Amino acid sequence: MDSLGFHRFHFGFTIAFHYIFPQLTMGLGMLIAVMRWMAAFSKNAETRESADRAATFWAKIFAVNFAIGVITGIPMEFQFGTNWSRFSEKTGGVIGHTLAMEGIFAFFLESSFLYLLLNGKKHFKPRGHFVAALMVMIGSWLSGYFIIVTNAWMQHPIGHDVDANGVFHVKELATFLSNEWALVQYAHTMMGSVVTASFVMASIGAFYLLSKKHEECARLFVKLGVIAGLVSSVAMAMPTGDLHSKLVAANQPVTFAAMEGHYRTEDGAGMAIIGQPNLEKLTLDNLIVVPKVLSFMTYQRWNARIRGLEEFPKEEWPDNPALLYYAYHAMVGLGTLFIALMSGSSFLLFRKKLFTARYALWPLMLALPFPYIANTAGWMTAELGRQPWLVHGLMRTEHGSSDQVSSGNVIFSLLGFMGLDALLAILFFFLIVRIIAKGPVDAKPTPKDSPRVEPETA
Amino acid sequence: MLAHVWFWIAGLTFAVYAMLDGFDLGVGLLQPLVAKNPKERQLLSASIGPVWDGNEVWLLAAGGTLVFAFPKLYALGLSGLYLPVTILLWLLAFRALGIEMRHHIEHPLWEEIWSVAFAGASLLIALFLSVALGNLVRGVSIDESGRFFSALWTNFMVGESTGILDWYTILVGVLGVLALARHGALWLAHRTSGAPTERARSLAEKLGWAVLVFGGGVTLATAYVQPAMLANLKERPWGVVFPVIAVGTLVYSQVLVRQKKWKRAFQLSMAFIVGAIGNAMFGVFPNVLPARIAERSLSAAAAATNEAGLGMGFIWWIPGMLLATGYFVHTYRRLPKHISIEDLDH
Repeated sequence: MDSLGFHRFHFGFTIAFHYIFPQLTMGLGMLIAVMRWMAAFSKNAETRESADRAATFWAKIFAVNFAIGVITGIPMEFQFGTNWSRFSEKTGGVIGHTLAMEGIFAFFLESSFLYLLLNGKKHFKPRGHFVAALMVMIGSWLSGYFIIVTNAWMQHPIGHDVDANGVFHVKELATFLSNEWALVQYAHTMMGSVVTASFVMASIGAFYLLSKKHEECARLFVKLGVIAGLVSSVAMAMPTGDLHSKLVAANQPVTFAAMEGHYRTEDGAGMAIIGQPNLEKLTLDNLIVVPKVLSFMTYQRWNARIRGLEEFPKEEWPDNPALLYYAYHAMVGLGTLFIALMSGSSFLLFRKKLFTARYALWPLMLALPFPYIANTAGWMTAELGRQPWLVHGLMRTEHGSSDQVSSGNVIFSLLGFMGLDALLAILFFFLIVRIIAKGPVDAKPTPKDSPRVEPETA
Repeated sequence: MLAHVWFWIAGLTFAVYAMLDGFDLGVGLLQPLVAKNPKERQLLSASIGPVWDGNEVWLLAAGGTLVFAFPKLYALGLSGLYLPVTILLWLLAFRALGIEMRHHIEHPLWEEIWSVAFAGASLLIALFLSVALGNLVRGVSIDESGRFFSALWTNFMVGESTGILDWYTILVGVLGVLALARHGALWLAHRTSGAPTERARSLAEKLGWAVLVFGGGVTLATAYVQPAMLANLKERPWGVVFPVIAVGTLVYSQVLVRQKKWKRAFQLSMAFIVGAIGNAMFGVFPNVLPARIAERSLSAAAAATNEAGLGMGFIWWIPGMLLATGYFVHTYRRLPKHISIEDLDH
């Protein structure tokens, strides 16, 4: 691997590890705000009380994720300069606006209210506690927006101009900030975050129900997780995923052909469901295909022509079409399974059978890792699909790295970050397992049912 | 010229960072000297717990301002300082872990290891950031192509191809550590009560003398290492306001320390840090990255994005900063005026 390869791996590795944490906290921030709303405004005293205990429990998980998200996120902002100096030199006048806005609008907000969310009991009545939760959620969602606008400009650059030296400047701030690509990508990404958070919540709830612990809170976890999980999983596909793939088809036709595994130009193109890319022969091996669907989904005409990868010059191909294809198919495949799982669980929830149906709780519990895989695969689709460009159509990746930083120095910092991230992963699992093992505080037994409560074992 | 306006805005943002995160870094690096047991260490972290994270955000806000206003400085500076920046990022990670992890598990060894991480990383961050400031003042080894890549050290001499660490930047680093240690001591002096407070108070005075002596030495060394600084002062006499602020506030704050007026002394220590950073900024101005060979220096105008872009920055920067200031006022108002060891159990 040359120096460019190490720079790319450096960014890819650190960002993929980083995004494990914010993808939970953005969605979980919303679910905690919902619980704090219930704790403050529900008419039923019992609901208020159990929502308060549930929110306190999830705030602990939130805090650990948030802390590691910050620790792994700070280096990202600096890597634009350390590893991608030619890119930031040319484009800082554009993406610097959103990177600075993230700090000023999002991080200040989050850091000011997180402490109050975590220690709110000492400071607030339930209503104030809800406001703190809402502020933290708004902060994390704003943070997501500024990062997505930055990425969307790289995917679909608009609102800028270029001077004689090839340096980009913002021309219309409003156009840059309301990039159509950013709006669609943001909706899709945030729904992805809600999918992760609701699956995690449902999974932990299912775990407690299956092990017959903390059942009162667990029912709330499962209920909230399944409802939010259904809404967000459906929204992932329709409308956000659908709109997103149409944008890719219209603006990045090469990427579209590569991610769909669509290699030959065809009228009435089918959609590949399963198959392994064979790029030497430009075909998919062991192919299972649904005829004509790709044309219809993209252009709403069964016989629309879709250009295949063969039609484009090779230097415009994404440099890893096979990995791009797998990433995209993993995301779409998992997304489809998520809708099925959450539809089935919602049906049982609606019939009031879910909390006792062990055959349904098991898959809910075991589903936990898959939204993480789907979200990561989604980002790999976006970023591998953007190749060979840093700024689509305008600046190629090989022209953006820090060429005065030798590969030996890049390997040095890469190894350091790998070690740091390994330590963080170990600490993360250790702390999260402890929090889950301890569980939420159970309701205080009322005199009536106290004889049935088993003695607490330490 | 807007590039110069943003030069001072970015400088002010860094100065606010130094003045705010400075005291929690100071508390961290003083920890081994003022807190002798877990309970006392808990007092220290309780005093900065609600604010350290927000304080650190000023570094990100300052970094973000650089990316947008001076993309070329951000790009050249961070890639040229690749190694120290990377190490600084690791240290920031360990410091955050130190603060965040410590209270998760009640076990003496767990508390001990994260306390060491917190104190050690705080010390090294204070040192590295001050060394970085020293590098900025002294100038870096920009080559004919306008780029540079600094080794961590070469022969520790100030020459044309000097590394990050040389005798001058180490001197600035030590001064920075002393100044932030004093800043942290004054924070503890007026915000806490207990045995650590008394130790911090007696250290604050000694550290004040050390900062005065070292500050004088660094000033002389700067005149020797970076003659442009004095030339700059001749050309723009208004710049004399920075050394006057720095020296005046430091001396006055030392007087207040002797009178045991801790809160006022801390406030003056904040002004001192702003004055000292302003002093360094002024020495560099109108460059943003001076070179050892003066004509290769990167000027603010050359590093900046275009005028239109700089103008647009005000659209979000002004309301954003008003909001951020609002959050800070809100947070610091909520902060207990005083924490004592006895409070910790409640």
